[in-house]
Amino acid sequence: MTKNVTITVNGVERRASVEPRLLLVHFLRENAGLTGTHVGCETSLCGACTVLLDGRAVKSCTVLAVQADGRNITTVEGLASGDQLHAIQEGFWEEHGLQCGFCTPGMIMCSHDLLEHHPNPSDSEIREGINGNLCRCTGYQHIVAAVKNAAQKMSRPTAARAGAR
Amino acid sequence: MATPAKSPTPQKKTNGKAGNGTWVGKRMKRKEDPRMIRGISHYTDDLKLAGMVHCAFTRSPHAHAEIKAIRTDAAKALPGVIAVYTSADTTGLGPVPCAIQMPDLKVPRHPVLAEGRVRYVGEPVAVVVAEDLYIARDAAELVEVDYEPLPAVTDLEKALGKDSPLVHEQLKSNQAFTHQLKNGDVEAGFKKADRIVKQRMMNQRLAPIAMEPRAVVAEYLPGENRLTVWSSTQIPHLLKTQISLLVGLPETAVRVIAPEVGGGFGSKLNVYGEEGVVPWLAMKTGRPVKWNEGRRENFMATIHGRDALNDVELALKKDGTILGMRARVLADMGAYHQLLTPLIPQLTALMHAGCYKIPAIQIDIIGVFTNKMSTDAYRGAGRPEATFNVERIMELGAREMGMDPAEFRRKNFPLPKEFPYTTVTGLTYDSAKYQESLAKALKLSGYDSLRRRQKEGWKRGKYYGVGVSTYVEICAIGPSAATPAGGWESGTVRIEPTGKVTVLTGASPHGQGEETTFAQLVADQLGIDPQDVNVVHGDTLAVPYGIGTFGSRATAVGGTAIYMATQKLKSKLATLAAHLLGSKPADISIGRGQLTAKSGKRIPFGEVVLAAYTARNIPVGFEPGLEATHFFEPSNFTFPFGCHVCSVEVDIETGEIKIEKYVAVDDCGNVINPLLVAGQIQGGIAQGLGQALWEEVVYNDDGQLVTGTLMDYAIPKAHLLPEFTLDHTVTPSPVNPMGVKGVGEAGTIASTPCIVNAVCDALSPFGVRHIEMPLKPERVWNAIRTAKAIPAIAASAEAPRKREAVRRRA
Amino acid sequence: MIPANFNYESPSTLNEALNLLSAHDDAKVLAGGHSLLPAMKLRLAQPAMLVDLGRISGLSYIREAADKIAIGAMTTHAEVAGSKDLLDSSPLLALAAAQIGDTQVRNRGTLGGSLAQAHPAADYPAAVLALDAEIVAHSHSGERVIPATKFFNGMFSTALRNDEIITEVRVPKTRGEGVTYKKFHHPASGYAVVGVAVRVKKSGNKIESAAVGITGVSEIAYRASAMESKLRGKPIGAFADAAEHAADGIDVIGDVYASAEYRRHLVTVITRRALEAAAK
Repeated sequence: MTKNVTITVNGVERRASVEPRLLLVHFLRENAGLTGTHVGCETSLCGACTVLLDGRAVKSCTVLAVQADGRNITTVEGLASGDQLHAIQEGFWEEHGLQCGFCTPGMIMCSHDLLEHHPNPSDSEIREGINGNLCRCTGYQHIVAAVKNAAQKMSRPTAARAGAR
Repeated sequence: MATPAKSPTPQKKTNGKAGNGTWVGKRMKRKEDPRMIRGISHYTDDLKLAGMVHCAFTRSPHAHAEIKAIRTDAAKALPGVIAVYTSADTTGLGPVPCAIQMPDLKVPRHPVLAEGRVRYVGEPVAVVVAEDLYIARDAAELVEVDYEPLPAVTDLEKALGKDSPLVHEQLKSNQAFTHQLKNGDVEAGFKKADRIVKQRMMNQRLAPIAMEPRAVVAEYLPGENRLTVWSSTQIPHLLKTQISLLVGLPETAVRVIAPEVGGGFGSKLNVYGEEGVVPWLAMKTGRPVKWNEGRRENFMATIHGRDALNDVELALKKDGTILGMRARVLADMGAYHQLLTPLIPQLTALMHAGCYKIPAIQIDIIGVFTNKMSTDAYRGAGRPEATFNVERIMELGAREMGMDPAEFRRKNFPLPKEFPYTTVTGLTYDSAKYQESLAKALKLSGYDSLRRRQKEGWKRGKYYGVGVSTYVEICAIGPSAATPAGGWESGTVRIEPTGKVTVLTGASPHGQGEETTFAQLVADQLGIDPQDVNVVHGDTLAVPYGIGTFGSRATAVGGTAIYMATQKLKSKLATLAAHLLGSKPADISIGRGQLTAKSGKRIPFGEVVLAAYTARNIPVGFEPGLEATHFFEPSNFTFPFGCHVCSVEVDIETGEIKIEKYVAVDDCGNVINPLLVAGQIQGGIAQGLGQALWEEVVYNDDGQLVTGTLMDYAIPKAHLLPEFTLDHTVTPSPVNPMGVKGVGEAGTIASTPCIVNAVCDALSPFGVRHIEMPLKPERVWNAIRTAKAIPAIAASAEAPRKREAVRRRA
Repeated sequence: MIPANFNYESPSTLNEALNLLSAHDDAKVLAGGHSLLPAMKLRLAQPAMLVDLGRISGLSYIREAADKIAIGAMTTHAEVAGSKDLLDSSPLLALAAAQIGDTQVRNRGTLGGSLAQAHPAADYPAAVLALDAEIVAHSHSGERVIPATKFFNGMFSTALRNDEIITEVRVPKTRGEGVTYKKFHHPASGYAVVGVAVRVKKSGNKIESAAVGITGVSEIAYRASAMESKLRGKPIGAFADAAEHAADGIDVIGDVYASAEYRRHLVTVITRRALEAAAK
């Protein structure tokens, strides 16, 4: 049994006929060819597969592609506009918020959700906010710094940010 | 290959810097990050080859069982299944290698697919190849295996008992090897001791949990006789050699590529059966094959770390001087040896002197087979176990002597002037100032005020503890004499005709950031911008043979190889520039994008480079081109060190531990990029705290893996960790010209005993001596309620309840 | 990692969903999927059909209904946790929701899905028990209002019939009462090793009444009734003795992280602390 789905990924509408059991993460990686979204566990714990579903962070290994039919997905590949990195990406780069990089896309997408709701988070709000994303390399300290760095950039007007570059 | 006109800087005792300071020592953003933060880097599982198929393994649900029959018909009948194989098909393939040789080491055959018997839960029994991943997984479930379960053994001491089930019947016992390290008059030391401190400590089994599970992709082109294997590995070159032996192809036909590797921590410093099976499948089916283990297989079938039972004794004189140390270690090998399994406990023995003057030592190790996954190198690999034993017994020693634990340590440190310092275990520590890092950490943590607050807290029924851990680790592994597959590293530097520089390194970074640090290093040496330096690694066809990244060796050994290769090129550039400027090579200096003669005449860097390639105006005998390779063999290990101090509060009602402050002062010699060093230390501390507080692979008595998912096995999460305060001292290593030591494992080694010391310190009023790791709340609560002493609590509003809580603890 | 195959339907009305459930005995309802899909991926659950409620409009809301607040079954944990209505007039459920899983789980997981799953260490059960909430289920026979205290039958087992779907949960307004949810988290799963939901009415310096729901401690979340009666009339702060009875008569579970003995102790401590916090 297959189902037809239309899922908008990073602004591009993608149609496919999929098995109901196809996980959204595999739809993104295999059908859409976007391999920035990683798979790190089977139990919805590691967060490496985090994407935005209609703007909210979800673990795409625990969403069926059929559930995302007609919805909007943003993956890490959809954050930057051309050469201009998103402020969160810049934050991770500047503060050394990544080492092996495997958890990073999920961490960035989760931070996106966090900053949407807490534009100026405290350290502990950041740590609570990303506790569904596991990182084995950094000990999280530089990730916390990265999110704060991004929060500061995002609270500045866009023009000022662009001008400062 | 270019021949240098002059020999490179000799490898002498220089406390020199790693560069001229333009780039080395700078907090430079990483060059590898842009692709990773955009999600456009390629890990093994991201690869897609034309015609690629997927494979999945059927694994044993039993810890120990006879395989009576395997039926693959149902699996083969599933549409989309290409083939199903068992050990009956793979007779020429394997076995899985172990690189260690020891006099009495038993190395049982380790088949790539189980042959007649399974010996741990997760042992592969069959492999399915199918058109896609989903079908492969479905088919793997359809392989029917008749097992006759056998008794299993998972306990180290029981495994050595007479009536124990045997993991390998033909060996007649579960003893894998014995190893003794003895030096000095141990008996005399213990005989004349005023105090002997003893403690049994279990260093529990851990799962490395690199965030990227293992993955392998293989493609075989019969016409070219070329097998290409992409694997998430830390050792592409060693793996290439081993794959050629596993599958029976000449080594020249095999190319291994480690693409982006999502963390390793030692777990990918190995050669796994799957790394033989997947290439074999590609050869057999004529299709590119992909395998991705997923987290559940990662828990079952990727090596575990630690798992050793330690009985440690310390002999002390009245004044706190150490007279001797003894330890008996039972080390769990699991069911089979992986690449380095029996080596790991030997590192424990070597590092058992810690950073102390110990006149006599005896370490006895027994390696033990059990029905579990193999243990092998996991971040620290044998050294965390040693440091834990030493730092815990030192803590208990201080308590026994009534001395401050920091003071007790200081008393037993060798002095800076005693370096190079030869330990009783036979190592020569290169350089250290243990006193300095201890003093700095104590000051930074406010040690004295922590102690005051602790005493005052006890009176109020608040249980604060202060933990100290001074450590030394063995890095830059290592001299080849001490390393199974060679301890050197290769480095090639090629200045391209346009002046851009390609660096090829045999090291295989997987998160450490050497694309950046090596670029900094080369940029300084050649006076160019690091953005013009591209570091290539992980492809055995592109890079000269190398060893890989593990044992905190990439910078100290691999970086030095590059540094040396760069010296060869500098000398060549100087020769050519002198020719072009009418000067002498010795009078040429390199920097700021140009070469300058003493006379003041100068020539742009790019012009000299181009001249080396156009080769129309070169000195007689000058070899065209600008490429140099150096295979660097270190003369010794390096020995980074430091001191960590933490303070905790223990909730005596629930047993919960709150880390209030964590201070780390580390010394890894000269620093190339402080940002990256901080990252290594922080990540290392987190992993060490993981062992101390949360992590534990649990097999039950039947050998079932109880903690087989991230729902059960707790690795540190962001909200569970405190912010770490970092500082450092700098004691350059004389072992390499850059004076660097290595930093990959320091945090993990130091932090584990630091926390356990702090918690036991907090509970000292109860008489709690030791709590086994992980310090789960229940264990802490149990230690309190079964403790002998009842602490006094001063009068306060809260006091009655606190007294009640203390009373009720039983 | 990969679920076994299944048929999938995504009805657009509740009626269609109920039809599917009646027609297919082996169908399972998919709400947010955050309990069911992980079990399916590990192949611990292999339903033949999933009936996805995600396309049915009108199941996600939080609104006043007389003296109660009604919450649609498909309302996510994040929406419950952030609901101003709930935080103003009946915060306990929101406090529990805020401690479920993590950001991503709260964005997808639903109130109805969690209750129907009846995980022994889930957070909501403690809260709905303490609140004496009503769980509204629909089937072709109509609407059935199940009191929370009659809803949980056992581990992963509820009073819900196979042909019923939870549509709404109603909680009372608790203005003027003290409520709190205290949780001792499992460090890996984030589930409750012990979770205690407390609702206390004070009268002067004394407890007039207390309702305590406890999760994580046994195969089924429960009301600590024996303890509640001991609390009546007790002065604020003198909770230690009553809390000792938090697991009286309960078959306490143990696992590799926390033994039954430890849990039995822990629940008394967490309960006392929860009572203290609620009565503040």
